[in-house]
This record gives sequence, C-alpha cells and structure tokens, in this order.
Amino acid sequence: MSDIEDRVRKIVVEHLGVEEEKVVENASFIDDLGADSLDTVELVMAFEEEFGIEIPDDAAETIQTFGDAVKFIKDAT
Amino acid sequence: MFDLTGKRALVTGASGGIGGAVAQALCEAGADVGLSGTREAPLKELAETLGGRAHVLPCNLGDPDAIAALPKQAAEAMGGVDILVNNAGITRDNLFMRMTDDEFTQVMDVNLTAAFRLTRGMLRGMMKSRWGRIVNISSIVGATGNPGQANYAAAKAGLVGMSKSLAKEVASRGVTVNVIAPGFIETAMTDKLTEDQKAQLLSQIPVDRMGTPTEIAAAVLYLSSVEAGYVTGATLHVNGGMAML
Repeated sequence: MSDIEDRVRKIVVEHLGVEEEKVVENASFIDDLGADSLDTVELVMAFEEEFGIEIPDDAAETIQTFGDAVKFIKDAT
Repeated sequence: MFDLTGKRALVTGASGGIGGAVAQALCEAGADVGLSGTREAPLKELAETLGGRAHVLPCNLGDPDAIAALPKQAAEAMGGVDILVNNAGITRDNLFMRMTDDEFTQVMDVNLTAAFRLTRGMLRGMMKSRWGRIVNISSIVGATGNPGQANYAAAKAGLVGMSKSLAKEVASRGVTVNVIAPGFIETAMTDKLTEDQKAQLLSQIPVDRMGTPTEIAAAVLYLSSVEAGYVTGATLHVNGGMAML
C-alpha cells in the first residue's frame, strides 16, 4: 500500500466518518461512503491542501471513487 | 451581551457610515476586524480609533483580481475570517428608460457580483472550521422597489436569493447566511436627499425618524453571534416600520 493511498484514506475516513475497511479502490464517495455533493467538494479541498496540488473543477468531477482520487493525486504529484 | 472574542471579521465598505458602525460594533464585542474599502485614508482613520484589533485591507470590489486576493490578505492580517459582512454598495440612479448598460452593470458588479466572489473566497476557511457567519447588507428597496433605482433594487434583491441558496448549502457546516435590509439610514448616501424628499419619506415611517448606522450595526452583531446559530436564510428588516415584510 502506497503512502499516497494511506494519506488519502486517512482524509476520507476522517471527513466522512466511515470505517477504514470500506475505503477500497472502487468505493464511490457518494454511493458507497455516504458523501453528499458538498462532502465531495470538501474532500477535493482537503486533497489539495494535503498534497499541495491544484485540482481544477473539471478534473474534480471525474474523481468519483477512492481509486480515482489516488490515481489523480499520483499523476499530479 | 454578544461576545465575539477570538472571532475574526471582515467588513466591506467600512469607510461608509453603516460599514464603519458595523466594524466598531464587532470590534467592541471583542472581534478582530478587517476594514475593507476603496479609500485607504478613512479606513486608516477608523482603524486608529478602533485600536489594535483593527486591520486596514483596501480592496476595489470592482476588480475581480483584487477580490481574489482579499482572503489571503485577511488571513495574513488576522489568521482567517469567521464573520464576513458584505456591506459595500454604490448607487448609479437613473430613470429606467434613461439607464445605461454601464450604470446597470457597475451597480450589479459591486453590490451583487463582488459579494458572490468574496463570499466564495471566504467559505473555505469557514467550512473547515465548521463555523461561520455571513451577513449581507441589502436594502428595503430590494423588497419594495424604488423609482430611479432599478439597478440598485435588482442587486439588493439578488443578494436575498443568493443568500438563501447559500444558506441551504452550508447550513450543515455551521455556517449561517443572513441578510439585513436597512430602511432609510442617516449616511452620506441619504444626505443627498432634499428636505422635501426627507419630509416625504418620514411621513411613511411609523417610527417617524431616520435610522442610525448603529441600529444596523446592532442587527449585524446579533446575526454574527454564536447565539444566532439557528437563524439562517433570514432577512432582518430594520426600517422603522416603513415596510412590514
């Protein structure tokens, strides 16, 4: 498990208050982890801060699952 | 009664009559206060009378880049913003049939679009800290209309719809968004009225006098307080009974 994956998982667990085991690659923030649309905006903000990157709005829309987030951040850092 | 110790507030249009009184009230309640406005000299004067917890943050709200930079300037001066008071406003009165595109657009830009942009910039910190207060200063004419002020009334009514929408979006994060709609208040903006116009207005105000900037400031203080946490999406009319809405 990569360091980036751990850090992303930690943010998701803290923000959405879900169990760590549920944050798997295909887990959808909205459908599986109970996020609302505002949560997804806040998650993106938290990723930007944690990794010091900019996630433009059109890219943010493609980040639907935990795996999407990890992949985007790996590519961006 | 309302203690804002440790809170950080930003007031736009702080060089004006209402903005200055709002800044003073928030500062006296214990908040750090960022004073924003286009004219730096009156802001500095105000900051001197308020003391060490006041910070001068000049900004031309007609300039999107200047608005985008303001949250960072406020963070550098105070560490963040918990309370945002969108008070800045201009008028470009004209009869509807004579009103130019520029007159309409300028008023919309400063009175509505700038409030949108600045609020967007300030929300991030409030959402993170799960506490925030946004108070938008509208006007009675946004609800009643006024001849010669189609632009101003449109912008002020726009603030109400914008505030209600945002209030619904961020309520679950501890951020409230409310509107204050002043009636006729003794400021430079209303000094321009003739004696006849003033007498005519007074005949429509049950309290039989114009309001004072401190009476608007008291309403802002309430809506900024911890105690007002269950009030959101509301419009508080402070108009001496001129329009009972």
